[in-house]
Amino acid sequence: MYAFNYHRPDSLEAAIGLLRTCEDGLFLAGGQTLLQSLRQRLAQPSDLIDLGALPELSGIRREGDQLVIGAMTRHAEVAASDLVRQSIPALAALAAGIGDAQVRNMGTLGGSIANNDPAADYPAGVLGLGATVVTSERELAADEFFTGMFETALEPGELIREVRFPIPRRAGYVKFAQPASRYALVGVMVAESAAGVRVAVTGAGPCVFRVPAMEQALAQDFQPQALDGIEVPADELNDDLHASAEYRAHLVGVLARRAVKAALAGL
Amino acid sequence: MKVSMTVNGRPVEAEVDPRTTLVEFLRKHLNLTGTHVGCDTGQCGACTVHLNDRAVKSCSVLVGQAQGAAVTTIEGIAEDGGLHPVQAAFREHHGLQCGFCTPGMVMMAIDLLRNDPAPSEATIRQQLQGNLCRCTGYHNIVKAIQAAAATMAATEPAPTQMKEQLA
Amino acid sequence: MNATVIGKPIKRREDERFLRGQGRYVDDLRFPGETHAYFLRSPHAHARIRSIDTSAALAAPGVLAVFTGEDLKADNVGSLPCGWLITDVNGEPMKEPPHPPLAQGKVRYVGDHVAVVIAESYLQAKDAAELIEVDYEELPAVTETARALAPDAPKVHDEFADNCCYVWEIGDKAATDTAFERAKHITRLELVNNRLIPNAIEPRAAIALYSPGEDRYTLYTTSQNPHVIRLLMCAFVLGLPEHKVRVVAPDVGGGFGSKIFHYAEEAVLTWASRKVGRPIRWTAERSEAFLSDAHGRDHVTTAELALDEQGQFLGMRVRTTANLGAYLSTFSTCVPTILYATLLAGQYKTPHIHCQVTGVFTHTAPVDAYRGAGRPEATYVVERLVEQAARELGLSPSEIRRRNFIPKEAFPYSTPVGLTYDTGDYEATLNRAEELADVAGFAQRRQEAAKRGKLRGLGYATYIEACGLAPSQIAGSLGARAGLYESGEVRLHPTGKVTVFTGSHSHGQGHETTFAQVVADRLGVPIEDVEIVHGDTDRVPFGMGTYGSRSIAVGGAALMKALDKIIDKSKKIAAHMLEAAEADIEFDNGVFRVVGTDRQVTIGEVAFAAYVPHNYPLEEIEPGLNETAFYDPSNFTYPAGSYICEVEIDPETGKVEIASFTAVDDFGNVINPMIVEGQVHGGLAQGIGQALLENCVYDPDSGQLVTGSYMDYTMPRADDLPSFQIDMHGTPCTHNPLGVKGCGAAGAIGAPAAVMNAVLDALRPLGVTHLDMPATPHRVWQAIQQAKQQQAA
Repeated sequence: MYAFNYHRPDSLEAAIGLLRTCEDGLFLAGGQTLLQSLRQRLAQPSDLIDLGALPELSGIRREGDQLVIGAMTRHAEVAASDLVRQSIPALAALAAGIGDAQVRNMGTLGGSIANNDPAADYPAGVLGLGATVVTSERELAADEFFTGMFETALEPGELIREVRFPIPRRAGYVKFAQPASRYALVGVMVAESAAGVRVAVTGAGPCVFRVPAMEQALAQDFQPQALDGIEVPADELNDDLHASAEYRAHLVGVLARRAVKAALAGL
Repeated sequence: MKVSMTVNGRPVEAEVDPRTTLVEFLRKHLNLTGTHVGCDTGQCGACTVHLNDRAVKSCSVLVGQAQGAAVTTIEGIAEDGGLHPVQAAFREHHGLQCGFCTPGMVMMAIDLLRNDPAPSEATIRQQLQGNLCRCTGYHNIVKAIQAAAATMAATEPAPTQMKEQLA
Repeated sequence: MNATVIGKPIKRREDERFLRGQGRYVDDLRFPGETHAYFLRSPHAHARIRSIDTSAALAAPGVLAVFTGEDLKADNVGSLPCGWLITDVNGEPMKEPPHPPLAQGKVRYVGDHVAVVIAESYLQAKDAAELIEVDYEELPAVTETARALAPDAPKVHDEFADNCCYVWEIGDKAATDTAFERAKHITRLELVNNRLIPNAIEPRAAIALYSPGEDRYTLYTTSQNPHVIRLLMCAFVLGLPEHKVRVVAPDVGGGFGSKIFHYAEEAVLTWASRKVGRPIRWTAERSEAFLSDAHGRDHVTTAELALDEQGQFLGMRVRTTANLGAYLSTFSTCVPTILYATLLAGQYKTPHIHCQVTGVFTHTAPVDAYRGAGRPEATYVVERLVEQAARELGLSPSEIRRRNFIPKEAFPYSTPVGLTYDTGDYEATLNRAEELADVAGFAQRRQEAAKRGKLRGLGYATYIEACGLAPSQIAGSLGARAGLYESGEVRLHPTGKVTVFTGSHSHGQGHETTFAQVVADRLGVPIEDVEIVHGDTDRVPFGMGTYGSRSIAVGGAALMKALDKIIDKSKKIAAHMLEAAEADIEFDNGVFRVVGTDRQVTIGEVAFAAYVPHNYPLEEIEPGLNETAFYDPSNFTYPAGSYICEVEIDPETGKVEIASFTAVDDFGNVINPMIVEGQVHGGLAQGIGQALLENCVYDPDSGQLVTGSYMDYTMPRADDLPSFQIDMHGTPCTHNPLGVKGCGAAGAIGAPAAVMNAVLDALRPLGVTHLDMPATPHRVWQAIQQAKQQQAA
């Protein structure tokens, strides 16, 4: 690691204030990605502002037809939450499959989506469920939040407070893990709600994306076979050691069908 | 910067570089060398310890993040000179060879059994995703954890029994 | 033998300290005044070093010294040696380029050592290394085995005509060619044996200290063979007197071959410890381990099997190109030759075999022994060929093997590739494996899987291993530059307690338990009274170390010899004590007795008499009870086994799951079955890892290591593997005193072919006939797509 100043503020205001005053600061949430980047000297922040002493950023609650999850809520808490399991079981399943047990005990929802790793699971959950990201400044729809590879609509100094997930009629998330890292080689979230069907794909492209053709087909008929013949073009998909773009495109189809099955089974 | 926390039940305090990870703090400052480092990408799990009773990779936690927390390491799980049931089961079932991944495995296994006292083989294997072992092929680790689960279930008094004993 | 300790699953004595976090691995050791080293490594696969400016680094906070290859050169530091000379078919010795511990003039792989920074803290050393300015002239590189000899391939070493280190052959070429001319059927395969990165979970580490008062060096290092490191480092690299250097390998967190070799860091730290005048410590980060630990395997092979109409093997022809990396690591040259081609007979009576191996240099990390070392590569060739031939001839995989097994009455059996197998019963292990694997029920399981949309396949592999390295005279005639015996010293203390010093080294194998069982059994003392000491050149007389499954077969035999000497001497002492003739003394279970009487003394009493010789035949026997023996085996040992793998494949994703894995091994006599089974489990995991998961990939254009972390190099995890079904059927080795054969590498040798044969069996209905390791989901899916396209065309 390169040298940095470490802060552990005890109020949200202090956290934001610190970030604004330092040269090149970063918020530290669970740190499960950031710590490794620092250890490998891939990042060189001047300051780290640890959000770990801000209990107001953690917690899971239901507000009407929305499930609200605090930004600092750990993956393990989401996976084990009865509230999440009852209202959006697909989200609990998604959280239960992130990283490994130890990572889930530290990693947070806010940290994951702020990082927006192209192979992370939560972006598919947030986009697929049509959630709203509530920041220190404003509310951002998932569709406008994820803007590119490791990029989001967050402005410097803007902090995620919580994410509001509308509770769908049914939803399913299935991922196919990259064998080494166990990140999503491809992960697909399918959700059906009064507002329609959303299909969000992670791992396959440089940034999580929706598949309108699949959404339309499933809106007509929420069955796996409704997706037959719908192909995601491989041109813009990731192509690397672990999977060609063609294979990823193929997996999007396979996993989307399996996600629909999971949604129908109420998993 | 100054940090303070409880490690294996003992309060500790130290002046450290903010770059210090929890595992470096344990190994270098406290000389608790039972917790090992096997990788630099947070994946091998050799450094697994308990932070406020939850298994974490101590290479992926800055010492500042553990400020005020309760940390338990492999050196702090056995009571009265004996072995913790998970340690005993690893020995009984040859769940270790070179011993390097073992402390992390044991700490993960204890966490796993706390959350699921009677896990299936599939659950154990899935929960061990974050712990690499190159020696055992995991076969005897899985067996040891299953055996530990059985021992702990048999020896841990049920709440009613406990009341009776107290009465 | 004392039935209470030998052959029993005695719980391991080393476990208590490991389970409590009290192991003493190199990185756990602390020394007053210690400093920290960081090695600057080459970011380029091939480059000329125009200049190195270390001035800014030297001026950085906490920095004590910065050294480069030029500093070593100025101090006459030599080259890291290669321990095995291979002679080319043209009669010339292999090409042997210098291997400076820090690069001189050129870097030849990503990770090659360029400089070392020594500072008060590790972070300071690492920070300062970033200030070293190296002016590189980047040059084109070749990393691919098959391309190393292409006419346009960039040369790794300018002094040679091309990248060929040697062309080597074994077997009768003319007779083999004739066999092929007579053949009714020829099966031919092009195979790639994928390059692997060993990945012991403990990264390599070293601490070097120099004591000016004694003019003595101590090196703590993660080694499988500290004496060999001392010898190589003193005699070839640093020119230090051997008696002034102590090398200690304390608890070592796994080796798998990768910690056999003498590495640059060991020599540089030892040398620098005197310059700096303080202890220097270094522990590899995992990413350094990926770059600079010696890798394994990496063969490209064309193999042919000639058969008659009954499926009898007539001959085998094999051409292999083996990647040796940029420099010759300690045992690199013998792995793809002596330890590979001599195993191509497998368990079969193939009358004629010819193999030619071309060892090539590439701009990659050195390649050397990794669990099995040559033998997994040989088994993979033989068993893929055999199973392919069975398919082509319409024979079952079981039947073709049975038709060609060396029958058990044929031992000792001499193969056409130089080995003489002493014992074995290949039918028996195959029978047991088929029974355990429930081969009879496979068809039904396959149908049931098909109903779930899954493809199920069954694959076999039988293997032979030559281990217990090695008869020194044979090894010497084959190019070994050292002997391969082992030493053992047994010391009875006056109180009857026993300390044993072995040249073998335990880094997970459990010698502290197994060897204690051997000693407790032979001396008839409680196992608690026996302590095993290993891994310290100051304490153990000498040692060749642990690799190639040699510890019990060679190290155990050396101990038996030392124990015999102890008992012989003790009998003389007992005879004196009991006032009887030595010939009338019998020894059993710790007691010396005058035959046919109740007059007896215990071994503890004899030991006391030996050290307190008040009533003792001092004119005939020296006091004390301490014996040393060296044992040089008369032959290799030949463990063998039959493995059966059953897989299930999801054709939509290409993901292969191991449904079951059965291993039945012949390890001869077994001292501790619990430990032996554990060795098999670990080997299987590594073999399955090679077949399905692990692959070291260099970018062919840039020469960068693509799989340089656990994010991209797929290590087998708990949920990648099943629980294994294991059994043993032992035919005791005929030429060592314990009748043991060795078990460390078995699983890694037999598993890859069994898995791949099962994968191909599952995919065959779709028209897939060939696949290289690792059978990742992506590769399996691609193979299915290609087969579909071919069938459509």
